Amino acid sequence: MDKDTKPSTAARRQFLADTARMACGVGLLGLGIGLYARHARALPPAAIRPPGALPEKDFSAACIRCGMCVRDCPFDILHLAKPEEPLSTGTPYFVARQAPCEMCEDIPCVKACPTGALNHALKDINKSKMGLAVLVDHETCLNFLGLRCDICYRVCPVIDKAITLEPQTNARTGKHTLFIPVVHSEHCTGCGKCEKACPTEIAAIKVFPLYMAKGQLSSHYRLGWVEKEKAGGSLVAPDIEHRYNMPEGMKYESGKGLSTDAVPPAPTSGAAPGSAAGLPKAFQGGKL
Amino acid sequence: MSAPAAPAAPVLRPGAEAIAAKGWLAAHKWLLLRRASQVGILLLFLLGPWFGLWIVKGNLAFSYTLNFLPLADPYVILQSMLAGQVPEKLALIGVALVVLLYLLIGGRAYCAWVCPVNLLTDLAYWMRVRLGLKGSAHISRPTRYWMLGMTLVAAAATGSIAWEMVNPVSMLHRGLIFGIGLAWAVLLAVFLFDLFVMRHGWCGHLCPVGAFYSLIGRFSLARIRLPAREACNDCMDCFAVCPEPQVIRPALKAIDGTPPLISEANCTNCGRCIDVCSKDVFAFGTRFKATVLPVAGVASATPK
Repeated sequence: MDKDTKPSTAARRQFLADTARMACGVGLLGLGIGLYARHARALPPAAIRPPGALPEKDFSAACIRCGMCVRDCPFDILHLAKPEEPLSTGTPYFVARQAPCEMCEDIPCVKACPTGALNHALKDINKSKMGLAVLVDHETCLNFLGLRCDICYRVCPVIDKAITLEPQTNARTGKHTLFIPVVHSEHCTGCGKCEKACPTEIAAIKVFPLYMAKGQLSSHYRLGWVEKEKAGGSLVAPDIEHRYNMPEGMKYESGKGLSTDAVPPAPTSGAAPGSAAGLPKAFQGGKL
Repeated sequence: MSAPAAPAAPVLRPGAEAIAAKGWLAAHKWLLLRRASQVGILLLFLLGPWFGLWIVKGNLAFSYTLNFLPLADPYVILQSMLAGQVPEKLALIGVALVVLLYLLIGGRAYCAWVCPVNLLTDLAYWMRVRLGLKGSAHISRPTRYWMLGMTLVAAAATGSIAWEMVNPVSMLHRGLIFGIGLAWAVLLAVFLFDLFVMRHGWCGHLCPVGAFYSLIGRFSLARIRLPAREACNDCMDCFAVCPEPQVIRPALKAIDGTPPLISEANCTNCGRCIDVCSKDVFAFGTRFKATVLPVAGVASATPK
């Protein structure tokens, strides 16, 4: 036994040294891969995931990079990320400006996914949240400039819900109306058709991953008018009715504007101009 | 042709004796079949994107054949589950089928008969021999199990399939089918590593995919048997061609009473030892006794 002790100690040492070296090498490699994986979890702004994609953190755990979604997309818009591209290698994405999601009603890409990285619970494509359109550039959007481009509004598959045109006074001309495209996150699917169709050299409206595009109120925020409606009345001290000190016989109601107490009589052709009953004398024409 | 007595001719390449004894074709039978399998499987995947013939969709991570047969890579699904996600039923069926398949044909048969990287590393080894490149860095073969462990820990720790971002195996297969990008550089690195730095470096020492499949191989049915190990003339050709030569010795030399069966999990069932043996020492069989494919010089007579 004693004779064997020395060589076996040496052998054991060698074994431990080899093992330690191996463990350190592999451990370092693992650390590198881990850090790389962490980095790749931040989805770059131009890459939009297919419909039903889980939140990025879960997606990077569920997607096995098989490309079944790419294959079953009838419009061939999806790509698998190459190693040099700034998102997790092999995962699917599309670039809205190149080819947006065509919003198939049967959502074949989701059906094709074997892992549920594209969530099979998504049955209605209009409920998908691939991203969110944002009118990023107010300076180049043609509607902001006063034109009736309206293309993003027209091509939107959820027209009049995801994008509406909100009239505003054109302060530049003083007499025209601006029709401002406004995106409503509740309905926008992030398909990217608006970005694709935007006629400017670089799109003024763009689709971004939700985490980039959507803000969030702090959880303690309450919208007074919403709470009031829910409660059926004011939740703080009863609203004090504001009294407007109006000229005699006049009334001001919020939302309705100025009115008179008396029902205005049907205009008669014989009446003198500016002599409508009820108007204070000061407003009755002629002498003023 | 009777086998020459083999008085150790000076610069005979491995397999020369077998070619002399059995003829070229019989001495390359399993190699040719294996190449046909590797290239054929790759072509099946490429028929779709290249010619619009969609027999197989997907890649080695998950594939769907004729909209009927799901096959999924148990290794990547395991990583996904460790990262906290449970796949859909179809993928789980695919995993079960693949595990069953490799339980039958040998775990690392994946490496020898399916994996596209093997074509590359075999080429590197072939060139290494042809160019007479000697010397090799030393990393112990079990390193691959550390690699395997590392990838599983990385999946659990990062909550993502971290290894798939750099895995050369899936990069090559996916790249060929879906567009390779800069993945070629990773594969070139693997090739050069095998060629200049280390003999059988990637497949034989480092690859965690192979390590995973060797775990299945521990229990698999198809095995190399040595029905005629007494006939061995110590030509060493099998050791020279075997990508995992350490698996041969115990069974060939009956060390510690090892039965004439290669039961090592890391045997890839490539069958090259059968090809290059002029004495027909080796044959495909099962882990159970007296089950041997009749091969030998009568290459065509293999009905069952």
